[in-house]
Amino acid sequence: MKKVSKFSREILLFLGALLFLSPVYIMFVNSFKTRAEMYENVLALPQELTFEYYAGAMHRMNFITAFGNSLFITIVSIIFIVTLSSMTAWMLARTNNKLSKIIFMTFIATMLIPFQTIMMPLLQLMDQIMRATGIPMLNTRGGLIFMHIGFNSSMAVFLYHGFVKSIPKSLEEAATIDGCTKFGTFWRVVFPMLKPITVTVIILNVIQIWNDFLLPSLVLTSTNLRTIPLSTFYFFGEFTIQWNMAMAGLTLTVIPVVIFYIFAQRHIIKGIGEGAVK
Amino acid sequence: MKLRKNKGWFILFTVPLLIIFTTVVLIPFVMGIYYSFFRWDGIGANPMTFVGLENYTRLFGDNRFLDSAWLTVKFTILSLISVNVIALTFALLVTTKLRTVNAARAMFFMPNLIGGLILGYIWQFIFSDAFRIMGELTGFETLFFNWLLSPDYALYALVFVFTWQMAGYMMIIYITGIQGIPNDVIEASTIDGASYWDRLRKIIFPLLMPAFTICLFLTLSFGFKIYDVNLSLTGGGPINSTELFALHIYNEIFGYSRYGYGQAKAVVFFIIVAAVTLSQVYMTKRREVEM
Repeated sequence: MKKVSKFSREILLFLGALLFLSPVYIMFVNSFKTRAEMYENVLALPQELTFEYYAGAMHRMNFITAFGNSLFITIVSIIFIVTLSSMTAWMLARTNNKLSKIIFMTFIATMLIPFQTIMMPLLQLMDQIMRATGIPMLNTRGGLIFMHIGFNSSMAVFLYHGFVKSIPKSLEEAATIDGCTKFGTFWRVVFPMLKPITVTVIILNVIQIWNDFLLPSLVLTSTNLRTIPLSTFYFFGEFTIQWNMAMAGLTLTVIPVVIFYIFAQRHIIKGIGEGAVK
Repeated sequence: MKLRKNKGWFILFTVPLLIIFTTVVLIPFVMGIYYSFFRWDGIGANPMTFVGLENYTRLFGDNRFLDSAWLTVKFTILSLISVNVIALTFALLVTTKLRTVNAARAMFFMPNLIGGLILGYIWQFIFSDAFRIMGELTGFETLFFNWLLSPDYALYALVFVFTWQMAGYMMIIYITGIQGIPNDVIEASTIDGASYWDRLRKIIFPLLMPAFTICLFLTLSFGFKIYDVNLSLTGGGPINSTELFALHIYNEIFGYSRYGYGQAKAVVFFIIVAAVTLSQVYMTKRREVEM
């Protein structure tokens, strides 16, 4: 008797979770349906698998280009964030003076600033820099990456700083005595030890940068530079909505996320927990 | 000699990031406060007129701004309740000894990874088409209709979708809290004959206080700053009934080209967010001392 009730609870929990994800199911099945079929029943499985709407959505969203842009921007930003934040955080954590404390507190304090407070002056400043130096800050992938680094480094510095404080100094001191420069000590001795928190930093930033919409929408104006959220936005704005094609487009944008989730699930859940609790 | 060398390393390690950080965050922040004292339409060739505090005093008579502020508060409070009730329920469900808990946990968390913009579009379809058809099928047409077209219900639609997005995230934090509760305390209470409800109320909830604090304030701060879902699900409509703070500021600056006035609103937005977050830090710290 008790076994049966446990089994039914298992099933109930699983069905509950499936029901929770039903919007994803509805999105997926309707990406294959004709309009008539959709109208008949949105919840039913499609009668036949046609990839017609996927082809249309890929073409209209310029999906391959957008995917490439998103991938490039996310990866390069994260390489810089990890490198620069870990170096800075280590220096700040190991230098015990007023200046390093002030710098660290500034990083923390600015985490309070919502993006909307900075967005307009940021664009003005980037425009001024562009005109003064000729460096193309606006409407370039490089400029966007530069800004992603600026916005996401505080959190990374904060996480790295906390982690560095928890590892012993003795290994670094030994390396210094053996004649290692600070640079060598950091990359050969310290950085490998930071691996767990590096994984957390990478995960949090992948989610943040991949999905970011507002910053790229302000910085990028050329069609061929659009990231996935941007091309989705314009895809919905430019045409009267053809829901089957729209669902195909949305499914396309969700696929990379699901693949990433399947491969990094354990790290993601751990990373979210750590990132939030600290 | 050694001291100077150390200084060199310090500069080499920190200055690259500091330059980027200063250009992207610090300088624009200061510029933002400066801009908020001017009247300007954002066109470089047009003059900026210094108006002092006028942009700030004007806020009190701006009905759209006050409506938006009130909507944001309403949205945040409703979300605070629904996100945390559901997240806690999920967390309690997936910390049982069932075998499907891992799969369920992964599925509950999934929506959080999909960007807010895309979530909003998925739900736009569900509200506009799936809800209508479900209403026809089940006969519950009073519940299943297009919420997004009704000024009274659109805000609830936003709360609904935000809950769907955030519940999994908060669940993770509650799970961490629940797993931190020592097993012997639970076992002792079971032996003493405590019911599940007693255990929940007298043991689990009090020991979850730190997780509560984190979750409440994270929801508060995320709710206050919501933008992407707002833009793609309702776009602020119908008739501005869901134009929350962040979207309102965007529209004021870039939509109506009131750069100075919009920036003053953005500064006020910062002050509110900072006040809320700082009180969180204060309360968390105080609680840590107590424990």
